[in-house]
Amino acid sequence: MPEEINTIQGQESMSKTIITVVGKDAVGIIAKVCTYLADNQVNVEDISQTIVQGYFTMMMIVDTGGSTKPYAAMVTELDELGDAIGVNIRCQREDIFTKMHRI
Amino acid sequence: MINILEVNETNKMIEQEKLDVRTITLGISLLDCCDADLDTLNRNIYDKITRLARDLVSTGREIELDYGIPIVNTRISVTPIALVAGRACRSPEDFVAVAETLDRAARDTGVNFLGGYSAIVSKGMTPTDEALIRSIPAALAATGRVCSSVNIGSTKTGINMDAVKLMGEIVRETAEATKENNSLGCTKLVVFCNAPDDNPFMAGAFHGVSEGDAVINVGVSGPGVIKNALEGVRGENFEVLCETVKRTAFKVTRAGQLVAQEASERLGIPFGIVDLSLAPTPSVGDSVAGILEEMGLESVGAPGTTAALALLNDQVKKGGIMASSFVGGLSGAFIPVSEDRGMIDAVNRGALTIEKLEAMTCVCSVGLDMIAIPGDTPASTISGIIADEAAIGMINHKTTAVRLIPVIGKDIGETVEYGGLLGHAPVQRVNRFGCADFINRGGRIPAPIHSFKN
Repeated sequence: MPEEINTIQGQESMSKTIITVVGKDAVGIIAKVCTYLADNQVNVEDISQTIVQGYFTMMMIVDTGGSTKPYAAMVTELDELGDAIGVNIRCQREDIFTKMHRI
Repeated sequence: MINILEVNETNKMIEQEKLDVRTITLGISLLDCCDADLDTLNRNIYDKITRLARDLVSTGREIELDYGIPIVNTRISVTPIALVAGRACRSPEDFVAVAETLDRAARDTGVNFLGGYSAIVSKGMTPTDEALIRSIPAALAATGRVCSSVNIGSTKTGINMDAVKLMGEIVRETAEATKENNSLGCTKLVVFCNAPDDNPFMAGAFHGVSEGDAVINVGVSGPGVIKNALEGVRGENFEVLCETVKRTAFKVTRAGQLVAQEASERLGIPFGIVDLSLAPTPSVGDSVAGILEEMGLESVGAPGTTAALALLNDQVKKGGIMASSFVGGLSGAFIPVSEDRGMIDAVNRGALTIEKLEAMTCVCSVGLDMIAIPGDTPASTISGIIADEAAIGMINHKTTAVRLIPVIGKDIGETVEYGGLLGHAPVQRVNRFGCADFINRGGRIPAPIHSFKN
């Protein structure tokens, strides 16, 4: 996808989480991440992607409110999934971004 | 409404530019631990610290995982021990026993440093203050995590020159007491003028008497983030330069504010302040000197350095103030030598002297910090340097501090290695002309006049 910026209408919620996937583009990255999320009852609210300096970058806004998985476990497992696919997956609560970029 | 570029910007700061929260520091009042019996006092202190700080380290890790931002240190500051231990301690050995209790509490709670083995003697010294100060060399030699500080002056009280003289001797004795480890004890000892009550940074942190029972203070960092932002505005004028520093400082501080509020909520302990300081580390790309050089200096220490540091410090404050509901502590740019790769390089290439560092302390947030000096430097010379720094702080209404390491057995040109956050330091030249007659006068320098500013 070209340098397109997708802006998401986010609602304020403590359970909103941003998942970012950065790495070389390959078949099935989104499918694998989404499968993991579906298996853990994490609802994907929005996906946007772009290419930054040649790297595939995807951002997902997800709601972990319905998931029973402890947050720390999800962070670790997504990190491991990323290693398996060969991309870097980060999972962070949305606040770190909104606080930093919004007054 | 957050977009992918903003998310990328934040994660780039964290992953490539070393944005982190340098410390979550839990301040704990020990005033209610006072007792006339030394064993009871030690038990009270240990119990209170371990009770309040039980979940501190694990909470730090949780926040780190939730937001994906590194929290480098969790630490504890306590009420200056001279105020707490007076009734129970009758000798320097008794004070050392209290230091060992603090060390044990720090180890058992998992924090890497605990500050507050301190005395506030800006105007006069009680016998207890003096006994604590005289016990500092033994206490720092006997413990690993305890940090000590002594406040020897303030803008309101003037400078206690008796304490300045004593501290020159104590710094030397501490160096001697820990000479097997490159005089490591001196890295945990700070001499202050105008010490703040809510500083979260070591080695000078203590929980002042103006504070409540317990409080969460957070120190942010991010020299690498500022430097990277400035790389994008090379050659632009000062307006653009300042605006860039300010905007970046705002973002860095917001991360600190978020972490502070989260830690406060999860631990059930009130939020105190965010300290806006730019704290460097010895790793590549995490240097305050690097920012100054990015502004256009061939090397830190060159003419223009003080002006560059002044504008950096001021813009960091201007950006940070709006990002946090409460700002305090030291708040500014730190210029330690051993902890900043760019400073070390500048010393090694002959560009940065103690005299230039002294000028820089007039406009930055602390003072002469983590500077290794020859092991044979006389105590009176160390006192003279302390007096000079204190005078800068007293006259200019700012905090100044001295953390010098007279490395026993080492001389100019040699290097000492401390490792980790403390880094390594080239032993620097000190002016060899004496000031013993000045220091030996004794008494106080009166508080300065607050008008007729020139």
